[in-house]
Amino acid sequence: MQTLTINDQPVTTDADPETPLLWVLRDHLGMTGTKFGCGKALCGACTVHVDGAPMRSCSLPLAAVAGRKITTIEGLSKDRSHPVQQAWIEFDVPQCGYCQSGQIMSAAALLAQTKNPTDADIDTAMAGNICRCGTYARIRAAIHRAAELSRGGA
Amino acid sequence: MTPPEARHVAALGRPAEVDRPEEAGRRDFLRAAAQVGGGLVLALVLPACGPKRAASGLGGASAGASAGASAGGSAGGQVNAWLKIAGDNTITVLVDRSEMGQGVYTALPTLLAEELEVPLTAIRIEAAPVGDAYINVGNGGQVTGTSNSVSDAWDKLRLAGARARTMLIAAGADAWGVQPGDCHVEGGTVVNARGERLTYGQLAEAAAKLPVPKDVPLKPAAKFTLIGRSLPRLDTPDKCNGSAEFGIDVRRPGMLYATLAQSSVLGGTVQEFDDSAAAAMPGVRKILQTPTGIVVVADHFWQAVKARDALKISWHSAKESAGLDDAAIRASLRKTLATDPGKAARAEGDVAAALRASPSVHEATYELPLLAHATMEPMNCTAEVSAEACDLYVGTQVQQMAQAAAAEAAGLPPERVRVHTTLLGGGFGRRLEIDFIPAAVAASKAVGAPVKLIWTREDDMTHDYYRPPASIRLDGAFDAGHKLVAWRFHSVSPSITARFAPDTPDPFDSVVEGAANCPYQIPNLSVNYTRQEIGIGVGYMRSVSHAINCFAIESFMDELAHAAGKDPLAFRDELLEKKPRHRRVLQAAAELGGWGHAPAGRHLGMALMEGYTTVIAQVAEISIEQGALKIHRISCALDCGQMVNPKIVESQISGGIVFGLSTALWGEINIAGGQVRQQNFNTYRVVRQNEMPEIAVKLLDSAEPPGGIGEPSVALVAPALGNAIFAATGQRIRALPLAAQKFVKIA
Repeated sequence: MQTLTINDQPVTTDADPETPLLWVLRDHLGMTGTKFGCGKALCGACTVHVDGAPMRSCSLPLAAVAGRKITTIEGLSKDRSHPVQQAWIEFDVPQCGYCQSGQIMSAAALLAQTKNPTDADIDTAMAGNICRCGTYARIRAAIHRAAELSRGGA
Repeated sequence: MTPPEARHVAALGRPAEVDRPEEAGRRDFLRAAAQVGGGLVLALVLPACGPKRAASGLGGASAGASAGASAGGSAGGQVNAWLKIAGDNTITVLVDRSEMGQGVYTALPTLLAEELEVPLTAIRIEAAPVGDAYINVGNGGQVTGTSNSVSDAWDKLRLAGARARTMLIAAGADAWGVQPGDCHVEGGTVVNARGERLTYGQLAEAAAKLPVPKDVPLKPAAKFTLIGRSLPRLDTPDKCNGSAEFGIDVRRPGMLYATLAQSSVLGGTVQEFDDSAAAAMPGVRKILQTPTGIVVVADHFWQAVKARDALKISWHSAKESAGLDDAAIRASLRKTLATDPGKAARAEGDVAAALRASPSVHEATYELPLLAHATMEPMNCTAEVSAEACDLYVGTQVQQMAQAAAAEAAGLPPERVRVHTTLLGGGFGRRLEIDFIPAAVAASKAVGAPVKLIWTREDDMTHDYYRPPASIRLDGAFDAGHKLVAWRFHSVSPSITARFAPDTPDPFDSVVEGAANCPYQIPNLSVNYTRQEIGIGVGYMRSVSHAINCFAIESFMDELAHAAGKDPLAFRDELLEKKPRHRRVLQAAAELGGWGHAPAGRHLGMALMEGYTTVIAQVAEISIEQGALKIHRISCALDCGQMVNPKIVESQISGGIVFGLSTALWGEINIAGGQVRQQNFNTYRVVRQNEMPEIAVKLLDSAEPPGGIGEPSVALVAPALGNAIFAATGQRIRALPLAAQKFVKIA
């Protein structure tokens, strides 16, 4: 048995310590917002925050996150009110939507660190998140918009 | 490889060969029915299927349905219904096309809401079950493909909305004892001349008892209040907090997880296997052999994957694919191109004579590789099989084929399989296949519990139905006055259609698309195709053969323009004298892309295409910096007819350009010893955020019928880029991907 802190809640799981966090979230805890895309930390669909930093949960064994604070897409806000979510909705960013949990988590981590990211900052922070529908231009615009919303912009 | 079940679905892009009512007949059979618990269900009832399905005990109500007819199905399982208005004012539209990002869960309800005179946000969406009413006539089955969801729904959903509105008004008029002409609708209510109101929900039950009116006029475009506006997508909010449910997210009580071991050599089958180590691993519930490989069922997916790794399997390689490699396939297609003339898909004038007589003859051969779809959501399926029925939860583009495949695996008649279509984490044609379904069904049947079977990314990439490779030769000839007088197109490629429908009477359809309808006016023109199978299952992939043929055609147009000493825009324009729509689009793309005004050090290339009844053109702007290709901008103009939602159109066009960029730059599947070498996104590269050029899209106003938007923009990227590279370097791009061409480095 291992106890984790996920979205500010203590959670207990009997999963094998080698199980990637992704599958603990999805199968053991029923939190399916975090997505499986590649299993090798190549696509970013499984991005969560571990102590605030964006991490690929598909390649992160459960044992490695003991005692650390994990945030998933379900915990980013209760009501889609995080500035990144607001901007995503305003710009209708998703198409198929499958990669978007990971995109949103990477973008939220970027904005937590960099209040007013440049395009180069966005390139660096978001290069690990693949979108096969090609929503990249709206993702970029929505990150700038989220930065504006975070600063209190209307 | 085993061809997929082709019983229900004829080849895409061909007229349906399944039994179906004619359009006029369809309208006559539109019926109203009382919804269970009171309410209006507007359903399309087909004489052949309504009673039969009702009798089967699955799916519930049909013609004149009463509560009793829904035995075996809930109100939510109304066969053939498109619209349900409940007593509590809930308006539900059953969408019969799969949502894979292209926006059908917004665009199709918009059509209905327009005539029903309700805000789009008042509509709830349900995925339609399997039903003959949901057959997409253009695709010959209940199929989401060929970019025709809106054109297929354009009349029928508006008509359904108009009829429902007319019936609700009639019910209101009856209630008040006034004439329908003295009533109108407003925000989901019927209003009379005295200003009294009854909601649609209050009227639904009475409306359901009225006859469905036949001749209901549809709104003219000038009166549209929803169609043509960039309304927010209905599926966006749930895709921003993780609550949107894709196939991989389905959870059923008592559900187990499974993974499938398949032969690494394509088409291989299990010779023998030893599961003693795997069976003893934690959580493993069952290991079973199925026609497609060994399934491991466990309490959790990761346990199934670990146990799969512990299986010892010896495979029997399929004769067709054991020794295959992609270089040999390519050489073989090229050899056939030189030796077989192919069958004529189009022949005008006398091409051979014109080539002989010409003082200026040009030819070039273009080659395209195998490609994988690589949807973000790997293939998966959840099955729940009992002795009586099977529930299938799956992201599929082919509900009938999914049903048939599950029925066969479960040993049940098809009508006992309920298909629950989830959101698709990308389709791109990959989910026109049903190869990931039978093993999930077999596993559920074997363990007596719901089973979710998931392919890993490696499974997905190494067991695709790949976009076919092609070898295409083009010949062109000018007369003494530098006029293009001959054009010969000859393609050698495997046939996707023949795989889906082996009895197809001719080898054409999608394989010559873009070539057979080539818009250029050339007096002597021929289009030939030689079918050559390669021992690998090939499948439909976004933009299908347009993406293959457009590369060859538009690259060669550029070659001919330069051979004639003409500007590529002017050269094309002269050949489009009778195609004002194409000329307008080409000019718009040229203006948007700054044709003739490239910034210093930048170079432009263009391409034009008609596909999916959309006319589209692109201009690529590139530079070569320290020997490496840098793509600055792709500009795209199109006339896709009337648009339901311009913002969705724009996103599909720009997204298609990104898809086309990935394939043009890096897209290639290599085969060695019958095994696919690319396994994941590190070796099958796709465009990432930091590699994006600027994309500009110009949507032209048009009164043409709605055209396809999901696929066409993919096809033009490679030729536009290749033509720009020629402008910059004088080097011709005659094969893809660009990264594999020795003289192209990618910045």
